[in-house]
Amino acid sequence: MISTLTSARLARFFQAYAVLIMIALLIIALSLLSDSFLTFRNLQNILNQNAPLAIMACAMTLVIIGGGFDLSVGSIFAVSGVSAAWVALHVDPFLGLAIAPFIGLALGLVNGVVITSLNIHSFLATIATSMVFKGVAILISDGRLIPVRIAEFTWLGRDKIGGIFIAVIVFIGFALVLTFVLNRTAFGRKVFSVGGNEEAAILSGVRTSRIKVATFAIAGMAAGLAAAISVSRISMGQPGAGIGMELQAIAAVILGGTSIYGGSGAVWRSVAGVLLLALINNGFNILNADPFFRDLTTGLIILIAVGISASGGRR
Amino acid sequence: MMDKTHPLKDHTPCVRLRGIGKSFGGVRVLGGIDVDFHEGEIHGLVGENGAGKSTLGKIVGGYYASSEGQIEVFGETVGSWDPSRALERGVAMMHQELQLVPALSVAQNVFLGIEEKRFGVLARTENARLADIMHASGFELDPDAVTAGLSIADQQKIEIMRALARNSRVIVMDEPTSSLTADEAERLHETMRRLKAAGNTIIYVSHFLDDILGVCDTVTVLRDGKLVRTGKTSDETKGTLVSAMLGGDRSETPYPAKNKKRRSTSNPVLRVENLTASSGVNDVSLEIHSGEIVGLIGLVGSGRTEIARAIFGADRADGGRIEIKGVAYQSRTPAQSTRHGMVMVPEDRRKQGLVMTMPVRANMTLPHLQFFSYASGTIKSTLEKTRVRALVDYFRVVPNQIDGNIPNYSGGNQQKVLLGKWLLQNPDVVILDEPSRGVDVGARQRIHEAIADLAAKGTAVLLISSEIEEVLGLAHRAYLVHKGALVDEINPDATTTKDVLWSLFHQDNPSTDTARSPIT
Repeated sequence: MISTLTSARLARFFQAYAVLIMIALLIIALSLLSDSFLTFRNLQNILNQNAPLAIMACAMTLVIIGGGFDLSVGSIFAVSGVSAAWVALHVDPFLGLAIAPFIGLALGLVNGVVITSLNIHSFLATIATSMVFKGVAILISDGRLIPVRIAEFTWLGRDKIGGIFIAVIVFIGFALVLTFVLNRTAFGRKVFSVGGNEEAAILSGVRTSRIKVATFAIAGMAAGLAAAISVSRISMGQPGAGIGMELQAIAAVILGGTSIYGGSGAVWRSVAGVLLLALINNGFNILNADPFFRDLTTGLIILIAVGISASGGRR
Repeated sequence: MMDKTHPLKDHTPCVRLRGIGKSFGGVRVLGGIDVDFHEGEIHGLVGENGAGKSTLGKIVGGYYASSEGQIEVFGETVGSWDPSRALERGVAMMHQELQLVPALSVAQNVFLGIEEKRFGVLARTENARLADIMHASGFELDPDAVTAGLSIADQQKIEIMRALARNSRVIVMDEPTSSLTADEAERLHETMRRLKAAGNTIIYVSHFLDDILGVCDTVTVLRDGKLVRTGKTSDETKGTLVSAMLGGDRSETPYPAKNKKRRSTSNPVLRVENLTASSGVNDVSLEIHSGEIVGLIGLVGSGRTEIARAIFGADRADGGRIEIKGVAYQSRTPAQSTRHGMVMVPEDRRKQGLVMTMPVRANMTLPHLQFFSYASGTIKSTLEKTRVRALVDYFRVVPNQIDGNIPNYSGGNQQKVLLGKWLLQNPDVVILDEPSRGVDVGARQRIHEAIADLAAKGTAVLLISSEIEEVLGLAHRAYLVHKGALVDEINPDATTTKDVLWSLFHQDNPSTDTARSPIT
């Protein structure tokens, strides 16, 4: 009986921490295969490159725990990015970067209000708004790239403070704040309750619509923040930027082990999900492996990780 | 009785359990269970809350994998055991929460998964096959009726026919009568007897001892996950069963004393005037004073729950006025009501009451987060833990943890958590919809004490229960509900369950009005 208990515990441990175990295995494998992998420089570069996606995935965690989906964050990224570039060019470079999260916040609010007032599933609503936002991004930029050749515009995406990229600091700070919000505040509790059992939450006096609107607003704001970093880094607003980022963000959240049905999950899991995807990518680069296998490998690893966490379904 | 066509009869039991045990998350809830279930018997499983009776039923039905021990079915030891394998071997399970697809018809649900196909295309033979099953079982249902529109009693018939359609010879029923009226329960028992006569075996998990004594041939008593005894029902009485379940010599204890705070001259805490709602509430007016427990009694479908939901604001009301402590408020939503000091414990704890993905603590404080957080929104976790700990102890919740996972708790302990959730702060008005549904003797008693305590502290309580006895035992006053309206007020201390039942069943028939039984 003791052995069955321990093996059951072990299985649960693997299910709960599948993503971390896979990251550890990848790190060990890549360290053995390449000398250039386990260097501060390489690791910081991975974090830096993936900071925008990680920020979006962190916020997406709240949406998914709350029982929703946001397929529009890629488009919000585009609108916020071209707006930031436009404002930087025509008004002030600092204001351009500062305004992007607020534009994202506003668009996220639109999502939330559309979903709760029309009472349609967020999946459908954000497919629609994503197209609307994409159109807005094209209108703002006139369908063209907006190059911003101003020195004061690039600090957010390129500079370091004390040897650490500002983008990495912003991402880690954002992840910590969201972790705190989710686990230690009344709002976070309500997000879990809305995704776990909306009816019970309503009967408990939770204003579920407000909570949902707030999660979408946060996801929008995160997309705007991510866009600011990204636009600053490449000094250019692109109306076509962000395409597919919503799916990468959702994949990272699910890969991390947050329940797709809502009600359970954690921000660190999504960060781990982003890192796992990034490590696979990085492995291909430093090993000079045939990039034709990249998507195939990534897909298989996602299947394995999700399969391990789902295997605990039956008690 | 030896019968050549039934070689197994009286020899090999159809289901034999040896050393069955089960652990959830390291907590051992069952251990060392040896039981034989014989062909053609109705075998009751009884036990207190968390004793493991439901768990054992689910292990037989294949819904839980046992952690230890072995199962023999019709003489063969089974390897891996799950619901589909169980069905193949003739063991079906009927859950407390029915597992039907609401949008499908009766016939479609009965044959779900075993549809007859020709070249992969559905053969339209369902209704004919269903007619055979209905003939054999004595049920009469419209094969094309949509399941969602049927009463729970009718839906249970679908579940039973589903088992019969798969030629099941053993049917596990988990608390099948918990949401039935007395009359419907009796009809279910009739069905069970008929199934038994046809040679089927029924494993009947229930906390209603009268039902067990009335219908079972054999009864197995569980206590704290252990087998106490298996014996003939004819050798048992309610008293012997209760003391076996509780372990001591405790006999069934009466309801807690009603507090003396009767109708005061002061204003009522809750006043409802001419409430009407399209969900099925018809001009309801009532008042509840501080410390008073008022009951609503009615048959299933009479509109009891709808009245509660309309008062609470869970359903939209079309007219009427509601005052709490003299303050009227119009835009009623659950959030508004909660802020005005009125709370509701809904009837379905899994669907409406608890957030199953959250631990006990987060569930209990969910309605009170404002109280448990700083202005910044940060939760005061020390205060939260202290208060939840006190409540878990007060209700004697098992397991005694404040961060336990709700799905690992038995129904009765889940119900305690659900009630505790509302008692964390003293509300002015509490609406209780089936507070002891699906709960056994021990938990039930604890819940009744808590309700009496609540009233003693001055809360106005509206109590809804399909157990008439429970309302009579706890309430100071009660109303009979019929078609969404309050048709009669009764004094519970001067009325018997029989009187009430008689009166309820005669509501639809005006010709019997003159012969109504005396109700005070």
